[in-house]
Amino acid sequence: MILDDLIYKTGQWLKGSGDHSDIVMSSRIRLARNISKKPFPNKARKKDLQDILALVQSALKDIPYFKKSMSIKIHELDNVDKQFLIERHLMSHEHAANPEGKGLIISEEEILSLMINEEDHLRLQVMESGLNLAEAWKIANSIDDALSAKLDFAYFINWGYLTACPTNTGTALRGSVMMHLPALVMTKQINKVLTAVAKLSFASRGFYGEGTQASGNFYQISNQVSMGHSEVEIIENINGLIRQLIEQEEQARQALILQNKAMLEDKIFRSLGVLRSAHIISSQETVELLSMVRLGVDLKIIKEVDRNAVNELFIMIQPAHLQKIEGKKLSAAERDTKRASVIREKLGGAQNV
Amino acid sequence: MLCDICGKKKATVHLTEIVDEQMSEMHLCEECARQKSVQMEQQFGLADLLAGLADFGKTSPESQKVKLLCENCGTSYDDFRKFGRLGCSECYNTFKAHLGTLLKKIHGSNQHFGKTPVSMLESQKQTIETLHDLRNQLQKAIEAEDFEKAAQLRDKVREFEKRGENK
Repeated sequence: MILDDLIYKTGQWLKGSGDHSDIVMSSRIRLARNISKKPFPNKARKKDLQDILALVQSALKDIPYFKKSMSIKIHELDNVDKQFLIERHLMSHEHAANPEGKGLIISEEEILSLMINEEDHLRLQVMESGLNLAEAWKIANSIDDALSAKLDFAYFINWGYLTACPTNTGTALRGSVMMHLPALVMTKQINKVLTAVAKLSFASRGFYGEGTQASGNFYQISNQVSMGHSEVEIIENINGLIRQLIEQEEQARQALILQNKAMLEDKIFRSLGVLRSAHIISSQETVELLSMVRLGVDLKIIKEVDRNAVNELFIMIQPAHLQKIEGKKLSAAERDTKRASVIREKLGGAQNV
Repeated sequence: MLCDICGKKKATVHLTEIVDEQMSEMHLCEECARQKSVQMEQQFGLADLLAGLADFGKTSPESQKVKLLCENCGTSYDDFRKFGRLGCSECYNTFKAHLGTLLKKIHGSNQHFGKTPVSMLESQKQTIETLHDLRNQLQKAIEAEDFEKAAQLRDKVREFEKRGENK
């Protein structure tokens, strides 16, 4: 299975580099496009979906960004593989749900993914490490230009790009920034902050995507409004909000240090200790402890652990990843054991005797 | 405490529901809670939210008689209200009158200021650029409370919008 190639690689967006990467994990641009007059996937028959798939795939041929890409037919995947791709943020739950006639293209280093026949005919995603929506937009924009030379995209002068759901119409752009905000959570300011985010018409979601609760103190902030502003304005608006959130998180981190540095250090090193020693651990506990370790790395309280390693663990400790690493199906109990051993290996803890 | 629905497993999820101002509490096991939440999502999903927005409350008798149906894909306006999804790009033409209002409610604006496909004709691109320019001038005139100029600009914008309608 070609997906096995991905197991020991990590997406470029997990590198832990780029602007503000101590607080911002990654930036993502998503563009939705549809082909004029063709039924949207929710209305399309099998034949329509296959036509669209073929049409898009042939349009991709000469686009340099997709030179070394992987092309996947979703109906050929088993459940673990589908889950694996969702866990890596390369496709959505919706895309996996009705696999017939759906495709997925993944570029090298997982910077780009293109879902074909999800809610819209094309859903292009560009992921970058740190706060870097501008670069992600630059790439998405140039791919969109290349595609629109070959595909007749549904577009009205007044309303912009037409999408299956009117909440995406216009630019059909969603910019999302994944933020790690442990200090705002610990100082109990997070709800206040998220209320303000919602009032400004931005959405906040958890690390594991749409409809998920925030876990590991990760919050994904994205624009709700896609019409009435240009793409660049939308991105600037998101950046403006994110900068404020970064500032607040930084202040909260300093406040925690000033208030009781010993207690903070204790919490961080205990978290590292448990992760390095545990032999059975749930994903919920892992994510909570990893969040503390990441904070420790960011504040340079922990010096011997790489941020990149911590970022990777957030992905690797998920059920399908553990099963892909092990090469077979694992029960929930077996996963908890495997998870502990993967973590110990990565964080330099005690190895299995 | 045992689950209120299956009565077998331990209740770990505690749910408060308010129906017709009557508050009720439910104690559910994880499995039953998951099923319940799927039900609730179906009851009150995005489709309803959109339908709520799309429902203007004062549909005139004439418009009720004429059933709006997209000739290209067969989606009716009722389908859209039920599921919150349009069937194809032509639906935007068919339901134009309704969607214009809906888009404004969702986005606070029903005018696109973003990019245009590269495949578009130069003349169309110019129309768009002029339109964007006029809209910006209009905004400025309104801000400066120069209403005479604003009215003129508004008429020009409308004229260009007509020219730019559809593709």
